[in-house]
Amino acid sequence: MSMRELDIEAKTENLDQVLAFVDEELEKYECGMKTQMQIDIAVEEIFVNIAHYAYNPAVGKATIRIEVTDDTVSLTFIDNGIPYDPLAKEDPDITLSAEERQIGGLGIFMVKKSMDDVKYEYKDGSNILTFSKDLA
Amino acid sequence: MLNIKKESNGTELTVALEGRLDTTTAPEFENEIKESLSDVKELVLDLSNLEYISSAGLRVLLSTQKKMNTQGSMVVRNAREEVKEIFEVTGFADILTLE
Repeated sequence: MSMRELDIEAKTENLDQVLAFVDEELEKYECGMKTQMQIDIAVEEIFVNIAHYAYNPAVGKATIRIEVTDDTVSLTFIDNGIPYDPLAKEDPDITLSAEERQIGGLGIFMVKKSMDDVKYEYKDGSNILTFSKDLA
Repeated sequence: MLNIKKESNGTELTVALEGRLDTTTAPEFENEIKESLSDVKELVLDLSNLEYISSAGLRVLLSTQKKMNTQGSMVVRNAREEVKEIFEVTGFADILTLE
C-alpha cells in the first residue's frame, strides 16, 4: 500500500501540477490508458470545482491524497471552503438534443459514471470528497 | 498542451486538434473556433491526435455544435477509443456526428 498527499493552492493554474502528481503515482501501477484518462478527468473535475467555488473570490488550499491498495486506487480531495456537496446536483439529461442540452453539471456526472464509490462528507469544517477505481 | 491546426477550403473548415482539451486549453480552442466560424457551412473536427477531453472540452464542442446547427453542419472525425468512450458516457455520441 502507498499513500501520498499534495497540498496546493486551489486555482486552475495548478491543474497541471495536480494531474502530474496523480499520473506519477498511477504510472507506478501500470494502469491502462483508458483508466488513467478516466481518473485524470475525475481529478480535473473535482479540483477545478474546488478552484472555482470553494473559496471564491479568495484562494485557499486543497489537499489531494492518493492511496493505492492491491488493485484499487482511492483519491481524496479536502478543502476548507464553503460547505458544498457536488453529488447533490441533479444529473444532466443526456438524452436531450444539442439545442436542449445545458452546459453545466457534466463534470460531476462524468465522475459518478466512471468512478466507483463516489462519496462526500462535510466534517470539522472540511469538504471531503472521495472516489476509488479498480485498476485490475 | 493543445495544438490547433486549421485548414479552410471555401465554406469548409477543418480543425485538427492535437493534445489535450481540458480546463487549461479549452478557452484557447473556444476563442480560435469563435473567430473562424463566421462564413463556415461545413465544420470538420479531426480528433485523431486528441488524447484527452474533459467536461471543459465537451462544453466547447456542445456550444460549437449548437452554433453549427444554425448555419450548416459539423462532423467529428477519427476520435480515439478513449475519447469515444467519453462521448458515449455523456450522451455526446448522440449529439455529435461521429465519423
